[in-house]
Amino acid sequence: MNATALLSAAKDGILTGAVYALMASGLTLIFGVMDIINLAQGTFVVLAAYLSYALQVHWHIDLFVGLLITTPAMFIIGVVIERVFIARLKGPDRTGMSILVTYAVWLLIEGTLDLVFSSNDVQLQGWYVPKSFTIGAIHFGYIYVAGFLLAALLLGALYFMLYRTRFGVSVRASLADQTSAALVGIDVKRVSTITFGLGAAVTAAGGMIYGATNAFNASSSYDLISRLLTIIVLGGMGSLGGALLAGIVMVFIGDMVGVIWSPIWSTTAYFVVLVLVLLWRPQGLFGKVQARVA
Amino acid sequence: MKLLSKNLGWVVFFAALALFPLVVTNPFYTSIGVYALLFMASATSWNMFSGYSGYIALGSAVFFGVGAYTEALLALHWHVPANGNLFWLVPLGGIIATAFAVPIGWISLRVRRHTFVVITIAVFFIFQLSAINFSFTGGSSGLALPYITWSAADFNNPFYYAGLILVVFITLVSAFVRRSRFGLQLLAIRDDEDRAMGLGVQVTAIKITGFTMSAFAIGCAGAIYALFQGQIYPQFVFDPTFDVSVALMVFLGGIGTLAGPLLGALVLESAQQYLTATYSNNSLYLLLFGGLFLIVIMFMPQGVVPFVRDKLTKRTDLERAAVAANDVSSPSPVAPSTPTEVTA
Repeated sequence: MNATALLSAAKDGILTGAVYALMASGLTLIFGVMDIINLAQGTFVVLAAYLSYALQVHWHIDLFVGLLITTPAMFIIGVVIERVFIARLKGPDRTGMSILVTYAVWLLIEGTLDLVFSSNDVQLQGWYVPKSFTIGAIHFGYIYVAGFLLAALLLGALYFMLYRTRFGVSVRASLADQTSAALVGIDVKRVSTITFGLGAAVTAAGGMIYGATNAFNASSSYDLISRLLTIIVLGGMGSLGGALLAGIVMVFIGDMVGVIWSPIWSTTAYFVVLVLVLLWRPQGLFGKVQARVA
Repeated sequence: MKLLSKNLGWVVFFAALALFPLVVTNPFYTSIGVYALLFMASATSWNMFSGYSGYIALGSAVFFGVGAYTEALLALHWHVPANGNLFWLVPLGGIIATAFAVPIGWISLRVRRHTFVVITIAVFFIFQLSAINFSFTGGSSGLALPYITWSAADFNNPFYYAGLILVVFITLVSAFVRRSRFGLQLLAIRDDEDRAMGLGVQVTAIKITGFTMSAFAIGCAGAIYALFQGQIYPQFVFDPTFDVSVALMVFLGGIGTLAGPLLGALVLESAQQYLTATYSNNSLYLLLFGGLFLIVIMFMPQGVVPFVRDKLTKRTDLERAAVAANDVSSPSPVAPSTPTEVTA
């Protein structure tokens, strides 16, 4: 094994892993605040990618400019889904029910996308998509670097919002304990709705980068959601930093195994590592040990 | 006689299933029947662990796939002739699936519920990718089983009855578990795991046992599926939609009940087979499935069977439990009909 391969895998891990972490950040926030496992997160990414695609094909809007439209659009879609379906779930088995409801939402979105865009693979285009520059012996694709910067910016903004704003305090209070948060006057319902909206909104940028770097169709959501779920479990549910580290680890392991052994074992190796890590730390890398609630 | 009259509904139900291929001889419908029975067995088996314990497993396709590959590999390596003898391998498929379930359960049940869901998904992908990448599984081109040359007219019947035997078997096991001490312990884990542990239930051992038991019938169903198809591919026997379909069928019918999974699987699998055969459009099926699913969750979150039962008897589970408790404590022939009357 040579140093270039290692560096190249590390580069892929950091650049692409950050984008996965961005998509997963919505999932981990939603789980942390609301105890909701949003299986539809993968299909949100695909939906966002198709929105960018539609804007590009029909109105010739550049992918990055299009984010100004798709981000608010995904936010609104998230808010509506939360209000109509998620907010109604009550009772002790809320988390279990959320898996089913979001799965049904996933099927509806996937079916609609399949109907509208057919099941042929598409990929987002732009003059910068095929271009790259080289430092040393390592190639940097423009779109990958842009994706990393965008993900870093948005994750930074989320972090700032969580830890430096009044709304962030409410979110973290709801994360820690919903009942107590409500007792000190936090509108937990509103916080939940906005969090779900934000979780969907981050998929706009994530989906655009995903769509520009991968050929996709409506059923790409299966692969995406399994990766996103394992990222938040590996990182520890509710932890943004954990999601970032897990995203990078996932892509890095896949690349390394691909170089050293064979690309066909890349994904398998990552899942094996995930299972091994959970044997050692069931709560994930940055997760807190679950205390007894109620 | 009392046993018979008490379970008359069940007898009629299984008798109807047994008579179905004799009345409806069209292979198009009997083949739908085979798939429906395989899913009824899988859903009942899934419910026996996930329904009773509340641990939602989304990786049961692992057992289905292991069963299917066991059937195919044994048939090929032991040179089993292409006739009814192939069916003797079906229980072996179930046993190998059960053997795989022990380490999987040991690993995945160390964590709490929500993480458990994700680990079952991860384990599923490890198996699917391995089946695609190893050479002894035939890779992505799969394996071809011995070619059975029965007449086309009643080709489906042996598979149908094998499926029916499996359904009857797993329904009896599930009913027995439901009434046993072991089943009560699973239910206690579902209701409050910490309290169950405090009361002395060996939660980890019970969970792993339940998880392992649920693998057997799903493995058998996979083996019958492999025989019926004659050719297996990794992406169809290790199918992520199998994982969610089974869970969906159970939730639709009524999780934790005995009739729910059977009914849910019968309706959904028949509808799916019929729709895919009639319209080759996948998106229509997804929309229909998703829409139906949402309606059920929103309006009858406990599933169709408990919903209808409550409507018919105008009682909820809680009231029924109160009445049952009264029946036991008061031997008087005039049993009070509602708990309110008792307190008055």
